[in-house]
Amino acid sequence: MSGTATGNAAATGAAATLTYVQALNEALREEMERDPTVFVMGEDIAVWGGGGVFGVTKGLLEAFGPERVRDTPISEAGFTGVGLGAALTGMRPVVEYMYADFMMVAMDQIANQAAKIRYQFGGKARVPLVLRTQEGAGRGNGPQHSQSLEAWFCHIPGLKVAIPSTPADAKGLLKTAIRDDNPVVFLEHKLLYGKKGEIPAGEHLVPFGKANVLREGRHVTVVGIHVLNDMALEAADILAAEGIELEVVDPRTLVPYDRETVAASIRKTGRLIVAHQAPERAGIAAELIQCAIEDAFDYLDAPPVRLCAANMPVPYAKSLEDAAMPQVADIVAAARRLMSGSSVVGTRS
Amino acid sequence: MADEKRTARAQKDGTEKKSKATKKDGSRHADADRSTDTVSAEGKAEARRHSVEKAETRAKATAKRKGLRKLTGLDRDGLLGMLERMMLIREFEEQCANLYRAGRIRGVTHTYQGQEAVAVGTCTALRIDDYITSTHRGHAHVIAKGGEVDLMMAELMGKATGYCKGRGGSMHIADMTRGILGANGIVGGGMGIAVGAALSSKMLGRDTVAVCFFGDGAMNQGILHEVSNMAAVWNLPVVFLVENNLYGMSACLEDAMACPELDLAKRADAYGMPGVTCDGMDVVDVYLAAKEAVERARGGGGPSYVVCDTYRFLGHHVGDPLSYRDKSEVEPWRALDPIPRLGRQLVADKLATQAEVDAVDAATRAAIARALAFAEASPDPDPSNLTEDVFA
Repeated sequence: MSGTATGNAAATGAAATLTYVQALNEALREEMERDPTVFVMGEDIAVWGGGGVFGVTKGLLEAFGPERVRDTPISEAGFTGVGLGAALTGMRPVVEYMYADFMMVAMDQIANQAAKIRYQFGGKARVPLVLRTQEGAGRGNGPQHSQSLEAWFCHIPGLKVAIPSTPADAKGLLKTAIRDDNPVVFLEHKLLYGKKGEIPAGEHLVPFGKANVLREGRHVTVVGIHVLNDMALEAADILAAEGIELEVVDPRTLVPYDRETVAASIRKTGRLIVAHQAPERAGIAAELIQCAIEDAFDYLDAPPVRLCAANMPVPYAKSLEDAAMPQVADIVAAARRLMSGSSVVGTRS
Repeated sequence: MADEKRTARAQKDGTEKKSKATKKDGSRHADADRSTDTVSAEGKAEARRHSVEKAETRAKATAKRKGLRKLTGLDRDGLLGMLERMMLIREFEEQCANLYRAGRIRGVTHTYQGQEAVAVGTCTALRIDDYITSTHRGHAHVIAKGGEVDLMMAELMGKATGYCKGRGGSMHIADMTRGILGANGIVGGGMGIAVGAALSSKMLGRDTVAVCFFGDGAMNQGILHEVSNMAAVWNLPVVFLVENNLYGMSACLEDAMACPELDLAKRADAYGMPGVTCDGMDVVDVYLAAKEAVERARGGGGPSYVVCDTYRFLGHHVGDPLSYRDKSEVEPWRALDPIPRLGRQLVADKLATQAEVDAVDAATRAAIARALAFAEASPDPDPSNLTEDVFA
């Protein structure tokens, strides 16, 4: 193998404040130093801008060389298959797609091949393959660069699906994904790359299937995906002044999904909002709400609410894009509606 | 206009080539019906005749071939081993078809009769730690790479003892201990996997080679272009092994491929790779072509295409009504059957007696009978293990 690990990622020392993108970079660097079979490949990840269009792979080429930081031709289906073949034969590839939308080009390799191999080969093959990308709206990238596609991947048995929404989780979940012997679809969000947060000191791994309660509250549970968590926290600040307390739960991974933490929250609040930037129709919110109905029906004081994108392509112009996506005001309004008639607060909307 | 260009290109190709066969090939479309963009029925029939004539010419040229050991570098056991594997495949497929017709195999099953020389000639050029990716018509590749017929038969019959514990069936057999990275239910689905295995070989500093089996029909899948290009750009040890049996399910080459009159191996030119065409009805010729390609790849010489001209004697799958091809076209191909052909050559070359050839045949039939008995005696998968190995 060419490329010598000369990076200076330190899994030691005090907690540090990093951006989401720096946290991802640190995860890749640490795992590549730890395990020589880990390598990254994708379009424009090595040479472009010194580390990809979003900078996630910044500095890795210099640290690990072009064999392990591999720019690919523009061939999503092809390099997904190549990553899969490498995973089957001793490597641990981390394949990057510049935009989640581009993964649609590779769906045969993802859904028919990678997801099914371990099961259909009688459990005799392992597929340690990470498929990383960023999704979501909010930057005016238009209909083919702004989709949120998590539901597609959740629907295919054989894929784990991670959705980090904090820098600490970005690092800890990515390291866990790389060490997993099964394919993981790792969905980042384009608006989160600049978000800052504290990263715990030392080796930081976040387990899959363990939701994170970002804010505790007594009245309405909000399960958010990606930026909807930040919007929910903002809504919580607004509503706190009215006496309405939101409990914001970040699932962290959708497959596996931590039903228990969400159910426990509903047992406390009796109300549920699920919010995401994917379209409402057959979005993951429908699934999560059904889980809540199965797990905590007797505790629900009102029908659960989903706040999703309109069932339409993501528009380009800011006025249209904002109108198509759920916003902080939508969460605030939905929480007020859920609380209307409650003895806690009066009707406000 | 497009037709004129095509004809001009074909004629140019025909005049450039030295072989008589290709000259004829190049001119045949000039006579075809030009009233539509597609090749006429007459043109297709002529193309079919031409294909088999080309194969017959090759067969004549090698019929009296002597000195197989020197030619191939294989010893007697190696040569008889190829015969044995081809016979094993043939008998496996015959029994597979019987089982299917008897309702003992579910879904669909695609058999390989007629193409045995391709799988066996190629895999004889491989080591056990080399990789292959296979196709929906994959039983033969597994057997040729050393797969165990009892585990295969059990898988086809959906038994717990099968290669995949009865979860995959005919189109998903894999054997990770022998570098068999799976048959595949998606046409072209394994191409990326083969190139990925080649990338692993390179990155891990191993000298293993990957062979990617696919048919003429799969040549029209987009991913082939993507991974051919990547294999060439990265100089990976992979061989793209094309089994040209003239049909992708019901679609003949003339209906499915631009420039069908051209040698399919010319595709390799687009990637700057070597590309050769060999006699896919002759296991020795396939072996020699595959060996050269595999040795090149193993030695760091990069990827290449090997096209094997062959023919499937039977339908796309068991039960195919074969409405798309004339019965009369099959008999001349059957006369080129690769199994008796190697048997005759071994006898002519005094490497085996006819009795020894017959004994190999009997032994393979017995082996398949044992595999059948093993499969029949095996238990069905226990539904209480339904979700074993389901991780997400």
